[in-house]
Amino acid sequence: MATTVQPVPPNATREFLQNLVRLPRTLKDAWFRLGRPPESEREESQATFHNLFLHIHSVRIHRRSLAPGLTLGLGIISTASFVILCVTGVLLMVYYKPSTALAYDSIKDLHYVVFTGRFIRNIHRWSAHVMVAAVFLHMARVFYTGSYKKPREFNWLVGLGLLVMTLALSFTGYLLPYDQLAYWATTIGANIANSPRELTDALGITQWFNPGGFQKRLLLGANFVGEDSLIRFYILHVFVLPAALITLLGVHFWRIRKDGGLARPEDPMGGPAEWSGKITKVFEPLATKTYGLMAVVRGRRATVNRGPENTVMSWPHLFWAELAVFMLTTAFALILAYYFDAPLKELANPAVPENPAKAPWYFLGLQELVSYSAFMGGLAIPAIAWIGLALIPFLDQKSGGEGVWFGTAGERFVALKSWFIGLVAVVGMLTVTVNYGWMRNWFPSINQLWIILINPGSILVLLYMAWSLWVLRRQNSVRHAAVALFTCFLVGFTVLTYFATVHRGPNWLFYWWPSQWPVH
Amino acid sequence: MSELNEKKPSRLEPFPVPRRSFLSLAALGSFFSAIGIALAGAFRLPGPAVLPGPVRRYKIGHPEEFAVGSETRFEEANFMVFRDAQGVFAISAVCTHLGCSVARSPSGFACPCHGSRFAANGDVARGPAPRALPWLEVGRAADGQLVVYAENEVPKGTRFKA
Repeated sequence: MATTVQPVPPNATREFLQNLVRLPRTLKDAWFRLGRPPESEREESQATFHNLFLHIHSVRIHRRSLAPGLTLGLGIISTASFVILCVTGVLLMVYYKPSTALAYDSIKDLHYVVFTGRFIRNIHRWSAHVMVAAVFLHMARVFYTGSYKKPREFNWLVGLGLLVMTLALSFTGYLLPYDQLAYWATTIGANIANSPRELTDALGITQWFNPGGFQKRLLLGANFVGEDSLIRFYILHVFVLPAALITLLGVHFWRIRKDGGLARPEDPMGGPAEWSGKITKVFEPLATKTYGLMAVVRGRRATVNRGPENTVMSWPHLFWAELAVFMLTTAFALILAYYFDAPLKELANPAVPENPAKAPWYFLGLQELVSYSAFMGGLAIPAIAWIGLALIPFLDQKSGGEGVWFGTAGERFVALKSWFIGLVAVVGMLTVTVNYGWMRNWFPSINQLWIILINPGSILVLLYMAWSLWVLRRQNSVRHAAVALFTCFLVGFTVLTYFATVHRGPNWLFYWWPSQWPVH
Repeated sequence: MSELNEKKPSRLEPFPVPRRSFLSLAALGSFFSAIGIALAGAFRLPGPAVLPGPVRRYKIGHPEEFAVGSETRFEEANFMVFRDAQGVFAISAVCTHLGCSVARSPSGFACPCHGSRFAANGDVARGPAPRALPWLEVGRAADGQLVVYAENEVPKGTRFKA
């Protein structure tokens, strides 16, 4: 029997015990790979791109993109309110029952019985308002800073898709409590989907071609708002639209990164650059330092051998800023939710309409237009406006002024003039309509086609278009024409929204103040 | 390859398409048409085959319950029944603009949602409504009661001689 040197058998028990003792530390190391806050730029880069949720940001970011006055944080506010909506929405789903017999009661349970139910519902409601407002303002910000220009045309389109998603989410959520307001606002909404019938009826082709009826039945699953509609709206609200929105949101963020970060004017060539009066020297070239691909972003000039001047590390500068905006948004929603309850009217009653039956504020401008012609105000004008917005970056292709508020010469003045003209036009239109009515009052038997084509809403749109064309000729600049049209539409939309919110009362009649509404 | 491309098209082989390209095009084409047809089939599902809801045919009572000159509102069914010297008639109370229920007003009907006004015979007097309020078919059931067929529109002025 030959003797061989036996290796000392490792003491597995001992190793196991040692690992058990070290477990808290090894677990922590697995989570926080660095184990301490990053100290060098290299470690800060790693902190960004070794994390799935952070790596959608570039490692370095231009200082300008962090200036609060450029973005006003509106994109992050929209995203933050969407995150709040997802969290509170899931919580509400725990108790909500999408059935006409139970929906209203389950909301009442949430309001009066469930612990923090009322508060969570209020937060959901207010974040929805914040999100819609932030999305609109974000669009205005991107427009007025010229940030849609090449190469960001595609992301502008994605943003317009997100706007539609946001409004659709809000509209579908409106029905779910199944109270009076919900029922009648949805009935009106579904009949707006049905309103191409106005046109097909006037042309006498409804029996062969009825897109309106198709849309309405697809939306409601019936000819009236009921059980089938509620379940459809529920599916859209809690799954289809959020999933679509999250997908588009991913594309939106990804494009920001791929288009080279937020739009900004080009830095001057060479050396640590100067902007807004301050000499900034944030990048110290080091002989040993190398940059990986993750620091390279698309720009019009190669940054090879030049070092990314005027940029700062995303960790921590960008993440602090994002966290701060997120926190402020949450605080704002919480404060609103604490002081103001989300409304809940009486149970839906198909026999008696709410009077006045008003949609949420961001649809009220459209509701005012709808009160002239359902098809024109509810579908055609919004579609024209949306298509017009979508075409902006393709019609205005001249670069210049990106990333600066009113960046081209004379733009601010055009915006100011358009603001004034838009205001005068919309107030004039409302004055005429309130005082004299419209064609149906003068010629009761007039063909509906005339009213579809010529009504206060379409005249307003034509006036705005005419002004924009005049600016195009006069200023000889597509950008200025776009500014004129966008400003007019913004003013028109705002004034109509305000007007319908405050000055329209029962029977959609004009009142100076809601306190003058007749008691009924 | 270049030889193949430079070959002149002949009558027998007019456009030489490489066999691989042809097969991959055919494969792609069949893939997309299969997906398209499958999606079209799937999205046919939400289009309701049967519209839910009750049959909109209402027994409203015996003719003698409706005095000449009377008007009666049926809230659930959303129409109004009138009787004058010539007979009984029913007018829908659903606004033709966006589907709100109209209320009776001194001159006819008024819609609370967007301010449409209708004359007493249902004609549009003002506001955004595109059509007159429809008149509904009235008949008599076997037991002698009046029936309103709320889905059947009849020409304005049609009365049921009760």
